[in-house]
Amino acid sequence: MKGGIASHDLIVVGAGIVGACCADAAAAEGLRVTIIEPGPIGGGATAAAMGHLVAMDDDPAELALAHYSLQQWEEFSDLQEAEFSRCGTLWVARGEHELRAAGQRSARLAAAGIQAHAVDAKTLYELEPELAPGMHGGMLVPREAVVYPPRVARYLVRRAQSRGAQLHAGRRVQQLTRDGVQLDDGTRLAGPTLVATGCALPELLPQLPLRPRKGHLVITERYPALLRHQLLELGYADSAHGDAGSSVAFNVQPRPTGQILIGSAREFDAADAEVSPVMLQRMLERAFAFMPVLRKLQALRAWTGFRPATPDGLPYLGAVPGRANLWVAAGHEGLGITTAPGSARLLLDLIHGRTPAIDPAPYAPSRVAA
Amino acid sequence: MTEHYDVLVVGAGPAGLATAQAAAGHGARVGVIDAQPRPGGQVWRHDVRQASPHAARHAFAALARVEWLARHSVVGAETQVLRVEHPDGVRLLGYGALVLATGARELMLPFPGWTLPGVSGAGGLQALAKQGWPVAGKRVLVSGTGPLLLAAAATLRAHGAHLLGIHEQAPTAAVHAFARQMLHWPARAVQAISLRTRLAGVAYRCGSFVRRANGDDRLQSVDIEGPDGAQQVECDLLATGYGLVPNVELAQLLGCALAAHDTHPHVQVDALSRTSVAGIHAAGELCGIGGLAAARIEGAIAGHMAAGDLTAASALLPARARARRFAGLLSTHFALDPRLRTLATPQTTICRCEDVTLGELGGYTDARDAKLATRCGMGACQGRICGSALAELGRFPRSGPRPPLFPARLATLAEASPPLSD
Ligand SMILES: Cc1cc2nc3c(=O)[nH]c(=O)nc-3n(C[C@H](O)[C@H](O)[C@H](O)COP(=O)(O)OP(=O)(O)OC[C@H]3O[C@@H](n4cnc5c(N)ncnc54)[C@H](O)[C@@H]3O)c2cc1C
Ligand SMILES: Cc1cc2nc3c(=O)[nH]c(=O)nc-3n(C[C@H](O)[C@H](O)[C@H](O)COP(=O)(O)OP(=O)(O)OC[C@H]3O[C@@H](n4cnc5c(N)ncnc54)[C@H](O)[C@@H]3O)c2cc1C
Repeated sequence: MKGGIASHDLIVVGAGIVGACCADAAAAEGLRVTIIEPGPIGGGATAAAMGHLVAMDDDPAELALAHYSLQQWEEFSDLQEAEFSRCGTLWVARGEHELRAAGQRSARLAAAGIQAHAVDAKTLYELEPELAPGMHGGMLVPREAVVYPPRVARYLVRRAQSRGAQLHAGRRVQQLTRDGVQLDDGTRLAGPTLVATGCALPELLPQLPLRPRKGHLVITERYPALLRHQLLELGYADSAHGDAGSSVAFNVQPRPTGQILIGSAREFDAADAEVSPVMLQRMLERAFAFMPVLRKLQALRAWTGFRPATPDGLPYLGAVPGRANLWVAAGHEGLGITTAPGSARLLLDLIHGRTPAIDPAPYAPSRVAA
Repeated sequence: MTEHYDVLVVGAGPAGLATAQAAAGHGARVGVIDAQPRPGGQVWRHDVRQASPHAARHAFAALARVEWLARHSVVGAETQVLRVEHPDGVRLLGYGALVLATGARELMLPFPGWTLPGVSGAGGLQALAKQGWPVAGKRVLVSGTGPLLLAAAATLRAHGAHLLGIHEQAPTAAVHAFARQMLHWPARAVQAISLRTRLAGVAYRCGSFVRRANGDDRLQSVDIEGPDGAQQVECDLLATGYGLVPNVELAQLLGCALAAHDTHPHVQVDALSRTSVAGIHAAGELCGIGGLAAARIEGAIAGHMAAGDLTAASALLPARARARRFAGLLSTHFALDPRLRTLATPQTTICRCEDVTLGELGGYTDARDAKLATRCGMGACQGRICGSALAELGRFPRSGPRPPLFPARLATLAEASPPLSD
């Protein structure tokens, strides 16, 4: 078929968690889907992620997308490949003002339909005895969970394939054409196209600003029952949403294997994927301050990943301005595992001209187009 | 705080010890690091029963003139600094020149039953025996390839093991051809004869290998395939040795180029032990399996070079070339029988850390892809065992290392590195 033209209902470019969710949703609706992915399925940011399914409430649009998506994640709670573990999220307050914030935040989450409640210090230590002394309490979001993202992406691509989707594995889209895409082996495919290339978005759509935001993670050997909840500091949002060149926050997770996954670090303008000893040190010192016991644990491996960050922190979901039949779903920054399923639904509704379940306006790519 | 050495040597096997001796001879401040409590590396590993050979004792004596950092594991590398963990904490060691002498490990070739308790590497069992692990009276079968089988068997016998036989996979013709070559290497021939004498009465069968280990919760017997057909032998322990894999991970982390034309990559060096990174040298097995003699000569070359004495280093080049020629003989005469790569079945475990079978790995052509999907190689050994095995089976090459090189305390990783200039 080299050089020839084939017709498709939807060409999905990129098979990270976002592309995989979109391909799966489209195939489920009976569309003839083609997926293009140069590397391993879910081998980009999706493979680097912590896999925490979490609602952040500081921006209403982000919360709406997370809430919508979390409902869809329930479908996978028994899926073996997802390694779904409902550990809940426990947000830790270091001071009185953070505890007050916990109260406000749980009210906001509850108003959005997400179970959450503030906990006092006594309860906090009952839930997680290894926390450092002096914490003031926190907020428990009991139904949140963690998953293993790359296997979910694979599962979804396979499921789409079982519904007729075609996968061009090992191929990359070299350029967008007037009516579709051209692959790196010269193959041209025609049809409505959805770009879901994560951090690589600017290569195909330079008009949509996006910056990679580097993260570091460390995983330990197995320490079953050392901790039970995904733990975050309530100050996390300051790190996540601040625009500082680099920041760290306490963010540790019990994996279903008994291993402990430790984050999180954020850096703009760090282009190489090497583990940075300095960021690792800052991140770990932060974690030790909240959980001194971590010092003694054996680390197995450290790695990095890049979050696709838009200027306003919200993903681009919708039509590419000025282009017919060209769609985008990218820029989910540090929440793309959580928000991928909702993003896919929303996008399919837009493609079909249906009214989405949540207001699509905040995510419209046209918000940045000049 | 960073301690600074003119020459820092990683590994206190024959190569690292020879480096230390040569470098210290030039008056350099030398540090020698090894994860083990005692010097000697693989071949000169401390034996609770037997005194070390003369050459080893001589090499150990050189440590008196350097700073000997036992039980120090290099777990990470930063710009001109190694991150080193020891039982009481962490140290950051800076260097002017760095010599990597990290040696080699055994290749574990998977076959049905290879993960049963009672089955181990030949060198691994040899090391256990040297440490005093009881093998006396145990019925031990040794199988695999190359002269190291004899060395392992001799140690096991000296510790009282009852040797049922040594099964060399290479055919008789190849082993005889190798023996004829030994005439050109009198010192080696003497070594080999002395080993054979210590193994008098132990059957040595060529063209013979273990195809399966049997037992419920531990080893009971092995199925052997030989020139005269198959047989089953009852035994307590099976020691297999199918060759060595260079320990290149630290060099890789430091950005040294690897030569990857062989199944198992080794560090690329010139004859004067220089790697592709300025100021970093490598000597011994990690530069390609060459054995004891090559390790000692290359170590000395690296030591002279690290101390800046090109003349002394160059004088050793002919000796090095000769030692490396011998290594070439080994790989040609003891090439693995292709049947050995087909023993593992779909049910055979490949990744012991994460319990992944060969069957689960079907269809993957890339180590990272397989890891993301199956967890193969995600465990504590970072794919040192399964990754090398899969490369040997012709599946896919092992993927590069990630820090830390070995499991390390989180506190070790959190130790602040010093500012670049002081
Ligand atoms: C350290 C870290 C921790 C994180 N933790 C969490 C978490 O706990 N919870 C959470 O919800 N989110 C988390 N995230 C965020 C999440 O990982 C991302 O938002 C999400 O994976 C983005 O998915 P994606 O599909 O857009 O991108 P990717 O997974 O990067 O996928 C993009 C794909 O496109 C392919 N591609 C690129 N160019 C082309 C081309 N030209 N043609 C074809 N294909 C192409 C790539 O190969 C890649 O596979 C974390 C991220 C990081 C870095
Ligand atoms: C299991 C085994 C058994 C062997 N038995 C024999 C034998 O009986 N007879 C024989 O002639 N040859 C034997 N060999 C072959 C052996 O490789 C060479 O004879 C010789 O020991 C090689 O010397 P070397 O200095 O290159 O490396 P090695 O002797 O392997 O020494 C390397 C040293 O580096 C240290 N090291 C590696 N990485 C790090 C790190 N990150 N941090 C700190 N320290 C580190 C190791 O602890 C080790 O002590 C054996 C090999 C193996 C793998």
